[in-house]
Amino acid sequence: MITIESLTKKYGGRAVVDDISFTARAGRVTGFLGPNGAGKSTSMRMMVGLTRPTSGTATIHGRRFADLPNPGREVGVMLDASAQHAGRTGREILTLAQQTMGLDSRRVTETLGVVGLTESESNRRIGGYSLGMRQRLGIAVALIGRPSVLILDEPANGLDPAGIRWMRDLLRGYADEGGTVLLSSHLLHEIEVIADDIVMIGNGRIVAQGSKTELLRAGGTVVRARDMKALEQALSAAGLATSHDQGAVRAEAEPGVVGLVAREYGLALTELRADEGGLEDLFLQLTADTQREGKAA
Amino acid sequence: MTTTTLAPVREQQQTVFGQIPMSRVTRVELRKMFDTRSGFWLMASIVIAALVSTVATILFAPDADLTYYTFAKAIGFPMTVILPIIAVLSITGEWSQRSGLTTFTLVPHRNRVIFAKVVASVTIGVAAMFVALAIGVVGNVIGSSIAGVDLVWDVSFVHALDIVLGSLLCLLTGTMLGLLFRSSPVALVAYFVYALLVPTMSGLLATSQQGYQDLQPWVDLNYAQSFLFEGTLSGAQWAHLAVAVTIWLVLPALVALRLVRTSEVK
Repeated sequence: MITIESLTKKYGGRAVVDDISFTARAGRVTGFLGPNGAGKSTSMRMMVGLTRPTSGTATIHGRRFADLPNPGREVGVMLDASAQHAGRTGREILTLAQQTMGLDSRRVTETLGVVGLTESESNRRIGGYSLGMRQRLGIAVALIGRPSVLILDEPANGLDPAGIRWMRDLLRGYADEGGTVLLSSHLLHEIEVIADDIVMIGNGRIVAQGSKTELLRAGGTVVRARDMKALEQALSAAGLATSHDQGAVRAEAEPGVVGLVAREYGLALTELRADEGGLEDLFLQLTADTQREGKAA
Repeated sequence: MTTTTLAPVREQQQTVFGQIPMSRVTRVELRKMFDTRSGFWLMASIVIAALVSTVATILFAPDADLTYYTFAKAIGFPMTVILPIIAVLSITGEWSQRSGLTTFTLVPHRNRVIFAKVVASVTIGVAAMFVALAIGVVGNVIGSSIAGVDLVWDVSFVHALDIVLGSLLCLLTGTMLGLLFRSSPVALVAYFVYALLVPTMSGLLATSQQGYQDLQPWVDLNYAQSFLFEGTLSGAQWAHLAVAVTIWLVLPALVALRLVRTSEVK
């Protein structure tokens, strides 16, 4: 479990991370979502003790990262897969981690297998690695100590679609076994497909957080029926606010409620889904704000 | 290690892990000095430079000068250049190559990592100096027999230790500058300013300013250090050395350690 309490980082009076609090729970994948420059990486660096917070705390299993006797055994960290000496081989980088943590040397080969790096790839210098291969190696360094918590900054960056799928399955399995996963991304879709909980950050502040289902529910329901007119009448008769959305109707209610209403009026639905627009709108708004700020600076 | 057969450690079954011992951190830091191509050749250059200096001494030194001291001096000079470079790069690589992101997360106490690096660098420095002095012994034996002159062993054991100490001071200066600047090019340039420019200016100042002449032994590290290479030091010279080392090495190192502790690794 990762617990963040009132974490703040100021550079010259400007808050890059502004009083954020959230918890990443065991058995769940927590997505840390925000546009570039929102403060995700700074927050993660503070969690692992690379950057000193101006105020607030970050703890893992109730302890500060620096107080963990052998952090690699409890927290797997990948902040930047390219931050390695280009002249070392992938296997060597993994071996250094294995030796520092005091693990059996067989773990190196084992972990290379887990992340899908071949024997010959692992013996090449990482200067020649593709971004995707570096990302896999970075994940390997995070996983080698069999930690119960993972902190990954933009882990899907540079992976091809198959790689993203692999990563999603890996992290899903990891959380299902009881691990805590915190991963960041600037892509809404990426977080949506993998995360159970979402923490959305913009300009250093948390703008939304909760389980994915909760956040998606807030967006209402998109519904279509054979008889659109009857549907609209039924929904307004049920007292639900509606609006039009590209030939469909948006109702301010959960899909379940809308379904019940439709059944009551004997309507055959052709589409019924949660509207993700709410989350997306919020996210786009954040991105736009950041861009405006960029122009002004 | 009884922890090697653990199944994935999960939240519920918390295991108590021991602190990473200093010996392990040091061993890893030592390994990191050899495991890149540049690191390997830097280490190899110690032996290569010692061999080249020895051969050059045999070829070019006048027969009368073919004594062990001549060999020791010829081999010692490249060491005062290579060892600091090794020490600088061992520190600055963590920032220049950004590997510190991993290093300082696996061992979240920078003082421990830095201490391990200093121990690793000094170990290499001592080993390099003994290899160099041994190559000098071989050079002296071969050189003297080629030239047909008597073997002269004019370096005492204590003098040899002084030479090793002098080289280690150069190496530690490199470590200090690495910590202070945390950038390979800046720290390397700073070292040559330290080792070449400052002594030259100090020398010029000493010849032109009467007042500075008395002060020079106390404040010119290079000058104070030079006596280590030349032979047994007097008590006053040790005092000069201690003061100069404090000013140029110890004090900046304290500032540097403070900077390293608070600096961000990005």
